[in-house]
Amino acid sequence: MNFFRKKIFTVIAAVMVMALMLVGCGGEKQGENAAKNTEDEKMKVGFIYVGPTGDAGWSYSHDQGRKYLMEKLPYVDANYFMESVPEGAASESYIQQLVQEGCEVIFTTSFGYMDSTIKVAERNKDKTFLHCSGYKTAENVGNYFGRMYQARYLSGLVAGKFTESNMIGYVAAHPIPEVIRGINAFTLGVRTVNPEAKVKVIWTNTWYDPVKEKDAAKALLDDGCDVIAQHQDTPGPMQAAEERGAYGIGYNSDMSKMAPKAVLTSAVWNWGPYYVETIKAVKEGTWQPGSYWGGLKDGIVGLAPYGPMVDDETKKLVDDKKKEIISGGWDVFTGPIKDQNGNVKVAEGEKLTDSELLEMNWFVEGVIGTIPEQN
Amino acid sequence: MEASLIAAVLATAVTAGTPILFAALGEIFTERVGILNLGVEGMMLVGAVTGFIAAYITGNPWLGAAASMLAGGILASIHALLTVTLKANQVVSGLALTIFGTGLSGYLGKPYIGQPLPNPFSVKELPLLSELPIIGPVLFKQDSLVYLSFLLVLLSWIFIFYTKAGLNMRAVGENPGAADSLGVSVSKTRYFYTILGGMLAGLGGAYLSLAYAPAWMENMTAGRGWIAVALVIFATWNPLYALAGAYMFGGIDALGFRMQVLDLHIPSYFLSMMPYICTILVLIITTYRAQKKGVGAPGALGLSYDREER
Repeated sequence: MNFFRKKIFTVIAAVMVMALMLVGCGGEKQGENAAKNTEDEKMKVGFIYVGPTGDAGWSYSHDQGRKYLMEKLPYVDANYFMESVPEGAASESYIQQLVQEGCEVIFTTSFGYMDSTIKVAERNKDKTFLHCSGYKTAENVGNYFGRMYQARYLSGLVAGKFTESNMIGYVAAHPIPEVIRGINAFTLGVRTVNPEAKVKVIWTNTWYDPVKEKDAAKALLDDGCDVIAQHQDTPGPMQAAEERGAYGIGYNSDMSKMAPKAVLTSAVWNWGPYYVETIKAVKEGTWQPGSYWGGLKDGIVGLAPYGPMVDDETKKLVDDKKKEIISGGWDVFTGPIKDQNGNVKVAEGEKLTDSELLEMNWFVEGVIGTIPEQN
Repeated sequence: MEASLIAAVLATAVTAGTPILFAALGEIFTERVGILNLGVEGMMLVGAVTGFIAAYITGNPWLGAAASMLAGGILASIHALLTVTLKANQVVSGLALTIFGTGLSGYLGKPYIGQPLPNPFSVKELPLLSELPIIGPVLFKQDSLVYLSFLLVLLSWIFIFYTKAGLNMRAVGENPGAADSLGVSVSKTRYFYTILGGMLAGLGGAYLSLAYAPAWMENMTAGRGWIAVALVIFATWNPLYALAGAYMFGGIDALGFRMQVLDLHIPSYFLSMMPYICTILVLIITTYRAQKKGVGAPGALGLSYDREER
């Protein structure tokens, strides 16, 4: 009897381990099969994601870019991707594994992979690495990011037109320059069309928690906000707006499906064209390491299609501003800009430099909220 | 704070606490028979995804809730098989269940990402009761699953402490040898309540995907399964305290956000730390009381039972 039991246990344990492996490695299995079919003809490209591709947010938008890349360049095999890879030192072995599997180019798509990317790149000089949202480069490492603040400014124009209470809520993840820049650009947009309006900020201290984000939006709605914007990776805040009959501005990808009556538009990432250009350059040998910070002009950021409630006048206004930004004649952070206390931060005719933008740690006039002190 | 603001915080506390409450109730049953199931997070996720899929296909959220309970129960039965019949280590099996559930839910949910739920559970105001000041909007302007949770808490409490079946159940968790000698089947009881616990965890997950944030997103429980496990200790294995604790755990975030809105500076990290500090305090108090009065964790919690080793 005892022997029998032990045997059953072994069998069950084996089955469970196999089930775990099947589930955990679903993505890679596809990759192996695809690689076998085409042998070594195709150029292998790898991706490291911080979340699941099913987050409907950040990693999802990168994965859409990966699919776009495969569609546009038939000689690319980009079936090498890893989801929910931990940030920090632990990510090194994941990146190394993609190298081992033969990837020529590897995109690491979160800030926390920066040092690991540099380390792996040092050991593999014949491969090309691209890191998203960081600041370090090396002879075979470039970094890339998008000027999301431009799209945020445009979405602010729309929000400013739609607020009646002149209170707009902004559900924000973490107090880092990227998020602060977005809040400021959005607020500048709002106040361009509606100088009386204020933008109220709540920090959730999480990128990904639908329930928490929705709660935060509810608190803002209770406080009298009638438009909700977000720098979060789930549509939770949009769902809250929908339930209360308020409006919302989505982020990452088009969120109108989740809240059709609320979403005016979404500020979205569109990584595909950049991935295609980069891979082409690597293939042709013209790729140079450096920092890429594309904007509306390059199509890496933009606005999702408008909701049916957005009128033509607002659309035209956004289009005009968009053209102005694309032409390069004007950018969002052009003076005069005051901070929360009314002090002039950017004088008339001046413009913030890229490095000032990347280190931004102050709110513009019209934002209600505080930036917690960073140690 | 004005009354309407307090009511808003409390109402959010109730909705945010409900998924944790379901899961914690389930875990109370499971731990009461001496089985520690750390797979709550995994069972919640699988419950959330199967509930969403069933409700999405049939258009009926109640069928979704039923499917989530079925899925949670199936997952829990794996745990029961491993720990009761095969006497495997409960901690290891539970952790494996969480990892398995996380992966399985992600795999099953892939085609449903970004799909809105056509017919989620929505707020149903109870006549008369919802007119009451403060209590009305807090407790009786909620969705059907919240009302179900009120009922479940009350019934569980009566069942555990005031029925013979409840006594047998507690006996199995306190001293399986004694229960066995009185003719209570230890393994049957343990199977039954472990599976019941899984069903409730699944329902807790479904509350997220069918009522709270009606959509499927991978990992959408975001650690609430673990909070439920902590809550069971906080509640000293008593459904009534679990209700209070769940609303407190759930209300912390709501309170923190309102404080930000009012521009009161209490660090949000400090607030999110509070539930766990309370749990640690409760652990200290219960351990102390257990030595004197015998109130505390079920005596045989985490231990497998073998008649021959009695």
